[in-house]
Parts: sequence; C-alpha cells; structure tokens
Amino acid sequence: MTSPPSNSVQSASARPNAIEAEGLVKRYAETTALAGLDLAVPPGSVWGLLGPNGAGKTTVIRILSTLLRPDAGHASVCGVDVLRRPEQARALIGLTGQFAAVDEALTGFENLLLVARLLEFPGRRARERAGELLERFGLAEAGGRLVRTYSGGMRRRLDVAASLVGTPAVLFLDEPTTGLDPRSRGDVWDLVRGLAAGGTTVLLTTQYLEEADQLSQGISVIDHGRVVETGTPAQLKAKVGRQTIELRPVERDRAGDVEEIVADVTGVPVVRDREGGLVSAALPLGSRAGAVLAAVAARLEIAGIEVAEIGVRLASLDEVFLALTGPDAPVEAAR
Amino acid sequence: MNPMRTARHSVTLAWRDIVKFRHTPDQLLDILLMPVTFVLTFVFLFGNAVSGDWHAYLRFVIPGIAIQALMFASLGSALALNTDLRDGVYDRFRSMPIARSAPLIGHILGDSVKYALSVVLVFAIGAALGFRFGGGVPAVAGAAGLMMAFALATCWIGVLIGVVARTAETVQALSMVLIFPLTFGSNVFVPTAKLPGWLQAWVRINPVTQVSDAVRSLTLGLPAAGSVPSSLAWSAGIVVVFAPLAVLAYRRRG
Repeated sequence: MTSPPSNSVQSASARPNAIEAEGLVKRYAETTALAGLDLAVPPGSVWGLLGPNGAGKTTVIRILSTLLRPDAGHASVCGVDVLRRPEQARALIGLTGQFAAVDEALTGFENLLLVARLLEFPGRRARERAGELLERFGLAEAGGRLVRTYSGGMRRRLDVAASLVGTPAVLFLDEPTTGLDPRSRGDVWDLVRGLAAGGTTVLLTTQYLEEADQLSQGISVIDHGRVVETGTPAQLKAKVGRQTIELRPVERDRAGDVEEIVADVTGVPVVRDREGGLVSAALPLGSRAGAVLAAVAARLEIAGIEVAEIGVRLASLDEVFLALTGPDAPVEAAR
Repeated sequence: MNPMRTARHSVTLAWRDIVKFRHTPDQLLDILLMPVTFVLTFVFLFGNAVSGDWHAYLRFVIPGIAIQALMFASLGSALALNTDLRDGVYDRFRSMPIARSAPLIGHILGDSVKYALSVVLVFAIGAALGFRFGGGVPAVAGAAGLMMAFALATCWIGVLIGVVARTAETVQALSMVLIFPLTFGSNVFVPTAKLPGWLQAWVRINPVTQVSDAVRSLTLGLPAAGSVPSSLAWSAGIVVVFAPLAVLAYRRRG
C-alpha cells in the first residue's frame, strides 16, 4: 500500500486513516455542494456522515468512490489518492449508492455472479462467491428469483452483498436504510455491525440520528457542504449538550405556572411541548442540575403544584443536530 | 487498462444483456414486431403502386427493411442504455476496477444479438412471401457482414444519444429525428429514380442508400458496383466520429 500523500491530515494513531479528505470543494452552476470538507476516518470503524438533505453527503461519497471529481481538495482511501490513482482506489472500495444498484431483470445470484466475474474471479470461484454471499445475507432461497420480485429490504441486502464481493477494505453506504421498514432497517444495522467487527471500514450517510447513534463510533455532522462538528455520539451530545430538566404537572393548566418557576430559577429560556404539558429547559454548561432541580422542587411545593414527571436528561442527538444545523446554528454557513 | 481485460469485462457485461433477454423475452417483442409490420405494410400496401407488382417490390424492399430494422434496433439500444445510466447499476460499474469503456462495449456486444435477430427475421418473412437469395453463400455472408458493420457503427450514435440525453423522452425524440430522414429519405422504399430531383441529391449521399444498395445487390446476386466499399467507408466513418464522442460523453457524465 502506498504511503498517504504528504498533504493529508494524519491522525494521532500510527495506522493511516482508512479515509481522508481535505478541503473538498464541489460547485455546481447555482449551488455549492461542498465548501471545503475535511474528513478522517480511522480503519475498522463505522463512521456516520450526518446531515440534512442537500448538505453534501452524497457528493462526498461520490468523490470518495471515484465517480465525481472535486473542484478542489484531496481525498484518499487506505492511503491511495482517489483523484490520481482512481483505478487503484476502486480495487479497495465497495459502494452501495442511494438508489439500488442491482439489476432487476437478473436473479439475485446472477447479480452477484456478474460482479464476481467483473472482478475476475475464476469461473467456479465466481459462482461459489455468489453463493456464499447469498447465504450470508439470508438470500439463499431467493437467489434464483428475479430481483424485480424482491422486497425493498432484500434488494438493499443484495446491493450491499454486491459491493462486498471483492472484500473491500472500505465500504461506502449512502443512506442504506432510507425507505426501509423498521425490521429491514434493523437487518441492515446488524449487517453493518457485522462488517465492522470483521475489520471493514464503513462510511455511511444518514439523515437519521438514531442510526448514526446506534452504529457509528464517530460522526461528522455536515451542513452546507462542510463539517460543522465531529466526535463520538457521546461527545456530540455532551458538546451541545447540556443537560435538560423536564417537568410535567399533573394538571395541565398549571404548566404556565411551572414555566414561570423554572424560568425564574434557571434564568434560561423555557419551552413547552406542543401539547403544552411538558416544560423543559436546557441548562447552561456547568450548572449543577441537582441543585437546580431541588430549588425548582421547593418552589413547586410552595406553589402547591403536583408534578407527574420531573427529571434531568442529556440532550438527545436530535437536539444536537438541530442545534448544529438549524437556521440559527452558530456556524458560518458557506452560502 | 489493457485491451485483453477490457475485452473480458465487455464480454461479461454482454453476458448480462443476453441473460436478461432469456429471462424477459418480451423485451425483444418491440424490435421484432416492427420489421414484421413494415414488411407486410409496405409489400401489400405500396408494392403494386411502386413497382406495379408486389412480388417485384418484395425483392426490392426486403433488404432495405432489414437495414431499417437494424437502425431501429440499434437506436433502441440508446433507450436501454439511458435507462441503465439513470439507475444505480452503472455507478456500481464505474466504481469497480474495470475498464471504463467496458460497460458501453458490453452493451453493444449484447445488443448485437438483437440486431442479428431482427435482420434474420426480416429475411425470413421475406422468404416466406417469396424472396429468393440469388447471390450464393459468399455474397449473402458478405451482406450479413456489411449489415452487422453498419449496425455496430450506428449504435455508437445511439450510445451517444443514450449517454447525453437527460430523459427517455429525449432519447426517443432524437432517435426519431435521426431515423426518419435516414431511412425514408433513402432508396429503401422507393427507387431513387422515382423521387423528385432535389430529394435525389440527398438520397444518393445517404449512407442508408449505400448500404441498402450493397445488401440488395449481394442478396439478389446483382453487380454491386461501388456500393460495397462506400457502405464500409460510411460504417468506418461513423465509428471514427461517434465512438470517441460517446466514450468521452460517458466519461464526463457523473
């Protein structure tokens, strides 16, 4: 394997990153899809690219998988420059795009056989490899049927199987569970975990926070074509995330009073949920949540308000996401 | 990427096309039905009017309809290619360590089976109606070779359209704009001498006229004169211009 280019971002660890990107820029006539995006994914991990629609996730995947050339920047996979040595890079990667890249007019088996033959597996070995993957992805029985008859989940599994025929070191999954029912989604998640356990580096894009939270060791939150935050799910939650106190009065019409008390004690903006029963406030970093809660409880007691729920929790990844990518996100957007 | 590997990848991708015909033979229906309709319509509707006798017209028109069927089939490839490019299958090929042009070449190889089928069908219907080969085996083989060469050349125009067009409708519109002047503005259906003077000028230089003349002469056993070399020259010329353009457009796409 060639050494990474000198201008790449080196991680602290001795092993080169499985995926590196630096300053990727891609402009289209009217829009800027990527505005200087950096990425460094350690080998053997599942990394999530999280962002709203149009944030540039798919563009990143297309550049890394050699389908698209950026206007500026560098990218490498396992130390191989994807722009200068695309042929070599293609031997290292597998791609499962957003739209199923399987041929509906072929059977599942034939789809995998086609890929195996293109990768120059010798005759019998190609058939064996196709059979192995069908087995592994729970498609052995459906293998002889035309893909046209497959369910969405089966197609997706076949698609992933097809990108694994050549045992790639790095797998790109572009929104692997979009449009799948919850059970199929769970299947795909299990599959991704299994791959990572086997040492494959997986870069997946998703707009589902839960998915990134469940699967990835690291997340890059993307908005307007650049990374606005990077870290483990826990780090991200802690970073934005402050703790939040939540209270729900037994009688809903006292929620207004509760709101007043919480605002008074914490001195921060207080929100009520849509039904108006749940009052919550995000505490400033460094607050002592226990003391705040005790103070609020005491005031409630004096006011004679009974609460059904009271507690402290970490911000959810959803709140993190909204805080980072929302219209008033504290980030210079590249527009 | 060396030529041997390109060839292997292309053959594998052609295999994909052929397996698809086997699974879904009805996709052959349109390219097979068209020639049948044309033969029956022209022979019986216009045969007497053009040649005074439909038997004589049959001998005249069958080779030309075979060429037309080829044009339809090879531009039909454009549609299939365009559809393929728009779903994710080609993204997979392009992200694999295979020759860049293999998907295009494979597509053409696979489709050449369709081309051969459509030509055989036209001559088979012709034979059933009384068309007789007068040229002997070498001449007929030569005619088959000329037609294949022409089909493999024009399909690069189809590939270019398929790669460049954004929608299937565009593919169809462009194909029709090409096919109609080329096939109807030729001597496929009406002998050149019976056409108005201004049209004759175009008909004489039209490659379809050259190829029809050559195939007609070879299959009927008539002297072919210059039409054989000139149709080969046309085929070569079309490949030289359109194959690089198509490959270039394909590489740019994405």
